[in-house]
Amino acid sequence: MENDRQPILSVRNLKTNFFTDEGIVRAVDGASFDVRLGQTLGVVGESGCGKSVTALSILRIVPRPGRIVGGEILLRRLTEDGYEREVALTSLGENSQEMRSIRGAEIALVFQEPMTSLSPVHTIGNQIIEVARLHRKVSKQEARQMAVELLRLVGIPRAETAIDAYPLQLSGGMRQRALIALALSCDPRLLIADEPTTALDVTTQAQILDLLRSLQEQRGMAVILITHNMGVIAEMADQVVVMYLGQVVEEGSVDDVFNASKHPYTQALLRSIPSIHSTPKAQLPTISGTIPHPYNRPAGCPFHPRCPDAISGVCDRHEPQLLSVGDEHQVSCFLYHPPSTENEGSFN
Amino acid sequence: MFAYFARRGVLAIFTLWAVTVLSFIIIQLPPGDFVDAYMAQLAVMETDVSEQQMEAMRRQYALDRPIHEQYLRWMGNMFRGNFGTSMLWKQSVLDVIGDRLAMTVVVSLGAVLLTWAIALPIGIYSAVRQYSIGDYAFTFVGFIGLGVPNFLLALLLMYLGFVLYDANIGGLFSPEYQLEPWSWGKVRDLLYHLPLPALIIALSGTAELIRIMRANLLDELRKPYVITARAMGLSERRLILKYPVRVALNPFVSTIGYLLPYILSGSVIVSFVLSLPTLGPILLGSLIAQDMFLAGTIILMLGSLTVIGTFISDLLLMWIDPRIRFGMVQEG
Amino acid sequence: MSAVNEERIFVASQWRLMWWRFRKHRVAVVATVGVVAFYLVVLGADFFAYTDPNTTEAYRSLMPPQPIRFFDDGKLSPHVYGVVGKRDLTTFRRVYEADPSQKVKIRFFVRGFKYEFLGFIPADRHLIGVEGAQVEESLFILGTDSLGRDVWSRLMYATRTSLTIGLVAVALSLLLGVLLGGISGFYGGVVDNTIQRLIEILRSIPTIPLWMGLAAAVPRQWSVEQIYFAITIVIALRGWTGLARVVRGRFLSLREEDFVTAAELAGCSRKRIIFRHMVPSFQSHIIAAVTLAIPAMILAETALSFLGLGLRPPAISWGVMLQQAQNIETVALSPWLLVAALPVVVVILAFNFMGDGLRDAADPYGV
Repeated sequence: MENDRQPILSVRNLKTNFFTDEGIVRAVDGASFDVRLGQTLGVVGESGCGKSVTALSILRIVPRPGRIVGGEILLRRLTEDGYEREVALTSLGENSQEMRSIRGAEIALVFQEPMTSLSPVHTIGNQIIEVARLHRKVSKQEARQMAVELLRLVGIPRAETAIDAYPLQLSGGMRQRALIALALSCDPRLLIADEPTTALDVTTQAQILDLLRSLQEQRGMAVILITHNMGVIAEMADQVVVMYLGQVVEEGSVDDVFNASKHPYTQALLRSIPSIHSTPKAQLPTISGTIPHPYNRPAGCPFHPRCPDAISGVCDRHEPQLLSVGDEHQVSCFLYHPPSTENEGSFN
Repeated sequence: MFAYFARRGVLAIFTLWAVTVLSFIIIQLPPGDFVDAYMAQLAVMETDVSEQQMEAMRRQYALDRPIHEQYLRWMGNMFRGNFGTSMLWKQSVLDVIGDRLAMTVVVSLGAVLLTWAIALPIGIYSAVRQYSIGDYAFTFVGFIGLGVPNFLLALLLMYLGFVLYDANIGGLFSPEYQLEPWSWGKVRDLLYHLPLPALIIALSGTAELIRIMRANLLDELRKPYVITARAMGLSERRLILKYPVRVALNPFVSTIGYLLPYILSGSVIVSFVLSLPTLGPILLGSLIAQDMFLAGTIILMLGSLTVIGTFISDLLLMWIDPRIRFGMVQEG
Repeated sequence: MSAVNEERIFVASQWRLMWWRFRKHRVAVVATVGVVAFYLVVLGADFFAYTDPNTTEAYRSLMPPQPIRFFDDGKLSPHVYGVVGKRDLTTFRRVYEADPSQKVKIRFFVRGFKYEFLGFIPADRHLIGVEGAQVEESLFILGTDSLGRDVWSRLMYATRTSLTIGLVAVALSLLLGVLLGGISGFYGGVVDNTIQRLIEILRSIPTIPLWMGLAAAVPRQWSVEQIYFAITIVIALRGWTGLARVVRGRFLSLREEDFVTAAELAGCSRKRIIFRHMVPSFQSHIIAAVTLAIPAMILAETALSFLGLGLRPPAISWGVMLQQAQNIETVALSPWLLVAALPVVVVILAFNFMGDGLRDAADPYGV
């Protein structure tokens, strides 16, 4: 387990743009982070900050008119003879044989809406068996047996009958479990869960999170958990990445980010969590303003118009960079790293 | 599932009943009654009929009874297989219609199948390759299909066939088979003649169907389950055909309720232009001659065909769409 | 997009937004121009015609179209050749030969048969005519029909009939559709159910046979005007169902809208809610639906008249003109009789494109 410290996935300065008629939307604008086996990386941010596009970029399934325009995504994958090889996903064709053999088999995705993430006119089993047989040389019978075991593993009662159920016959929580079973069908080493609990009620949310955690422990997978919910992050993540307008503004261990947060945006997010200790009926602090329209990105630090600590003449002119503030704790803010002259004019 | 089945069944029976009422109204609409029309015809042939004979005839056909009794009588007769007599042909309505009902079904079914066979692949192509040159080309051709009424298309093709090949492209049979009893040779001959009229009737409906399929599929292509399937490593072709196309197929199948009246409607006028041995030409002849029992019966048959066809498509939909089978969706 | 532009969009009225959006559809704009051109012909049919459309002359039946020659001795001087008709003694058909020695000059804004422009202004000027000859005997730019009537002039009058019948039928359908659809959508319940079943039944019967059955009941001895209105009623009896569906659908969705709830809570009367709040927000959709319904109406009249169940001579419509093309032998020898098919196709397409553009523009706040 000595290569535990080596990341299974490295995202380096990823940039994904959407080329719409109205202009270019820079959905992901230079995001970097690492994911390690057995570890959960939480990616957090408001909606529209590029979390989901990051996930789609890793799988190379960014929908048109979106395109990866820069950066690297490096995946360490097992070869047939048991060695590990590094593959740059960004250099593969979107629909190439190799990329397709990675999707589902090495990296799997659990998508945000359990209601619509499964085909409504196919049975659960049909969909799991299809994927299982796509990546492994198994017979229909074996695949079906595997599917039943998977459904049992993710805690679906009466898995033998549930396998022939249509998604509409299952509750939201059960559908999300089925979706997780589908994702696990080829034993991926990296699981990306994009808002896996957002559409579920609170008790079901807790159950699904427990399930994800125990599955990760059993299988030693790496997990990227994308959410806008700081509570979920605190409970699940080992490492945290905070994103704002397509950029990583803070990155560190869950302790660092929660107990010693540096970036004003992270601090604001943390303040907006209701606490059991806060005064009843007191208004929760909110982050002032709204996320700017993607065509109107502010110059300089993207957060400066909403930032309580913005330094005028600095934050609206220069783009900050993600720099270290401690052991494995990085932040992209001029409060900690005054702009150097090389940074000048790096915007555009 | 049973609730859906029952609802559809009741609706079909109710519509069928309404179609009989409408057909009966059409029979009753022209001024004067059957005997008046008959008299007028006899007068042309200079045959004299006395008042008493006319009264006797009215009694015989119950024309002196109130209107609802006449309707019930008409219905009762039909249930016994007696559809009345055609004045124009001096034959029972059933004899006049003969094979023509079956021919109408054959031509219309051919047109429905062709419409689907054309619209489905083009609709899929246009959705998957949205805004490509092919998409625009098909949209353009579809608009032409929409803009050229099928009877004008039939007329134009007749003209071209006549001028370029000196051939009559009308009819469903070669002259040597026209009066022959049914045989394998005649069936083959029918299948040889069927595609052109079926295509002409089909074309005007395809544009709308391509539009429906394209729009449905475009909606489905954006659904999360497509992303899920893609994230699982399925190839584009396989995942599109297996998932979104399959889902978009359901509303597509349900368009038959809209397509059938359209196609039967087109078959009437195209059959007239191409002189096909279907119900169309004799419906026109009977209406011009005010042979209302024949006309009413034909309208009733055409109406019933759409009701039955729609009901069958409802059952088909129930069979292919689990959402309806499990009662999650009320309407198809 | 600049801030100034956005500002402009924020303050623009609903109709202005729709116009901006409609303008983006090039094809729809072109189609609209085409539709307007067609209705200009409707207004000035007698001006665009040069011969009385009902004068018949057996000795010039089925005359082929005359090619127009634009240059004479290198100078621009549009003219046609005179035509001499003979009877072919083997086929007994009349055959026509152009006589190049006889040049008939075409002139603009010349006097011709008398008519009343727009129905009340006496006039006798026509767009084109000829110089120094009887126009009835010398100009046949689209040939003549079997009774020797000038096809071009008849086409102008047919355009008037066919396009107005579409408008009248659609107006009747709209009246019925808005009334029944509105009642259906607003009251719901049993009323809604009854009307919906009625619509479903009417729509499940093939249109052409239904129209044929109803049209056949129109008495033969009626006058042209009576038949005209009878046919529009026949067409509208089926045509209202589509519009009623649109109106009902809009009513149903609007009933759920917040601004309607807000108006209710503010104590607006039902009448005020309908006419001040709901109607303005769906009239654009109605306009689009009406535009898309017109071609079906025009087509219905054309088909019925073509079959001999709609308008009858002496009325002139595209369908009446096409009736002469029923016989394939006639068409083969005189293909210009098919010319009335062309405006049918163009008008149907134009209305469809225009309607598509309007439909997209009808909801200027959507994506």
